[in-house]
Amino acid sequence: MDAKQMDAIKPAQFPASADASPAKMAVKVACRDVNVHYGTKHALKGVGIDIRERQVTAFIGPSGCGKSTFLRCLNRMNDTVASARVTGSILLGGQDIYDPKIDVVQLRARVGMVFQKPNPFPKSIYENIVYGPRIHGLASTKAEFDEIVERSLRGAALWDEVKDRLNEPGTGLSGGQQQRLCIARAIAVSPEVILMDEPCSALDPIATAHVETLIDELRENFTIVIVTHNMQQAARVSQRTAFFHLGTLVEEDDTAAIFTNPRDERTQGYITGRYG
Amino acid sequence: MSLTLLFFVLLLLSATGFYMGRAAAVGASATTQRPLHSLSSFYGWYVLLWCGIPAMMVYVVWIALEGPIVELLVARTMPEAAATGNMGLALSEMRNIAAGITPPGAASAETLRAVEHYKWLSTIAGAALWVVALAAGVMGLAFARGRVSPELRARNSVERVLEIFFLIASVIAILTTIGILLSLIFETVAFFLQVSPIEFLFSTAWSPMLAIRPDQVGASGSFGAVPLFLGTMLIASIAMLTAVPIGLMTAVYMTEYAPKVVRAWGKPILEILAGIPTVVFGFFAALTVAPAIRDFGALIGLEIAAQSALAAGIVMGLMLIPFVSSLSDDVINAVPQSMRDGSYALGATKSETTMRVLLPAALPGIMASVILAFSKALGETMIVVMAAGIAANTTLNPLESVTTVTVNISALLTGEAEFDSPKTLAAFALGFVLFVVTLALNLVALKVVQRYREQYE
Repeated sequence: MDAKQMDAIKPAQFPASADASPAKMAVKVACRDVNVHYGTKHALKGVGIDIRERQVTAFIGPSGCGKSTFLRCLNRMNDTVASARVTGSILLGGQDIYDPKIDVVQLRARVGMVFQKPNPFPKSIYENIVYGPRIHGLASTKAEFDEIVERSLRGAALWDEVKDRLNEPGTGLSGGQQQRLCIARAIAVSPEVILMDEPCSALDPIATAHVETLIDELRENFTIVIVTHNMQQAARVSQRTAFFHLGTLVEEDDTAAIFTNPRDERTQGYITGRYG
Repeated sequence: MSLTLLFFVLLLLSATGFYMGRAAAVGASATTQRPLHSLSSFYGWYVLLWCGIPAMMVYVVWIALEGPIVELLVARTMPEAAATGNMGLALSEMRNIAAGITPPGAASAETLRAVEHYKWLSTIAGAALWVVALAAGVMGLAFARGRVSPELRARNSVERVLEIFFLIASVIAILTTIGILLSLIFETVAFFLQVSPIEFLFSTAWSPMLAIRPDQVGASGSFGAVPLFLGTMLIASIAMLTAVPIGLMTAVYMTEYAPKVVRAWGKPILEILAGIPTVVFGFFAALTVAPAIRDFGALIGLEIAAQSALAAGIVMGLMLIPFVSSLSDDVINAVPQSMRDGSYALGATKSETTMRVLLPAALPGIMASVILAFSKALGETMIVVMAAGIAANTTLNPLESVTTVTVNISALLTGEAEFDSPKTLAAFALGFVLFVVTLALNLVALKVVQRYREQYE
């Protein structure tokens, strides 16, 4: 995104807290007044946030606060829920992703997603990676696919562990390896943004450490949004943190600021463990 | 009549045993101040089983053996019949007179004496049954009642008896299967002693009518079953070509695309289709589909028989749709939602997700539904009789009239037949071949599934 496009987007509702802050990065996803209804339930209320390029933005908050719902708006996964209704505007690189002219298939190629529980397809490791590139026609020859597989697995820090058994089923890997396989599968289609919905909640501490290191490395090339229940994790991996409560975005700031000096007392209460 | 009465008396006795056992257990617990090991009703069941099982066993064994033993005793008193070798005839005459079916007028003196003896023995046997069965029940009851104490592990004993009941039930099912298989094998062997297996399996001439007169034309009795096998395979293949694609696509639509309302109504309607008797499909095929196909053929200048394999196969396919769709629907539905989410999140459309993720993951169940449908297609008779005819043509042309294995089995065994003629025995040989083919199909499918299965967790 260039500077002109950036100017076209109104500043986020929260001012940047410090000059040298991550808030200086270019805006990748600009959300304004996003509301989600599930049937009669108003699950997300008027959320506005700027998600900045090449950094990790963490969504934290108690269960049922709407953080996962909001995450699923960013690649329109809520479309698969029949009763869900989304209003407001979400601009990806200046383009409204809910514009009827936008093809959701192409949107999801630009915004990848990693789920709470590792969900590799019941296919070989190789087939898991080439699944997306095949659908989107990103390669045609075996050599090109091989190259994508190696690049993606290296990108997900999994290559050395699986390079000799690419034809074995992905479901045979350990939990942490499966999750990194899912990350590799997501980056195989070269998305701009990767959404992660509590990616470590089903993993043991060692696998969690692997995935957290990986997330930090991925920041170099991708914009990452991560939902987490684990506040230490948010503090470790993210540059910006947004706190959700009861369907509203309470506060969004540099991670360092949120954890040392929250402005809202609900944020204060949550991060000090008074509730949630 | 008195047998029925005895049965209900024994039931009543057992029920009494239940209440006695329960009351005894509660009473013993109250007087000794010790808690019962099991729930009080288990002591009731304990006494009931001890009372009912011996009594019922006596009852059943007695009824099974009474007739033969009484007749054996009666036969001893009939030396004249034994001398002429007509014992069977004499005994049945004696039974009929005793039952009042035939008037005693024409019978010999010996038979009349035997009738009296028979009646007397039967009365004694009936009375003895009452005494023995009731004695067994009461003794069982008394024994079990005496054993009831708070420490008795009644629940465990009842559990063991139930286990035996379940075992007996499954043994019945297994033994029946083995019995049917053995009878098939014996009759098939008997058939092959008279007709060479080479002729049966490789000759194309099927005309099982045996000559009654030596000079009769066209009744030489040849048993080349090839036209039947070909006809069966042809019709079953047409049926599967109809049922599998439609059934599978129906299942995919129902699980992945259909709104809830459509699914709620569509599934039950499909399952009703499975409940329509095949004879109804048969006349639908014979009266509607076959003429329509013939007319269509005439329109484009094709000569199509009034009864064709195509008509029978298509209608059979329609009949099989619910078998494929219902089971496939269940297994596709059982693939975890996370698989769909993973695929959608990569930008796959619904059809891509279905083709590349859901169907491979659901393959074992889909295979099972296809095999089930194929077995039904091989065994189906009514539709073929009505729509494809009974002419044993050796052809793979779906526009001609053909016949199948099952149609001929029913044709061979209806009407008058001797049980040792090759014509009758041929039916068993055909059934045996059908059985072997179905078994082989199941084994192949099992291997295919093991090999290509994509296992989610």
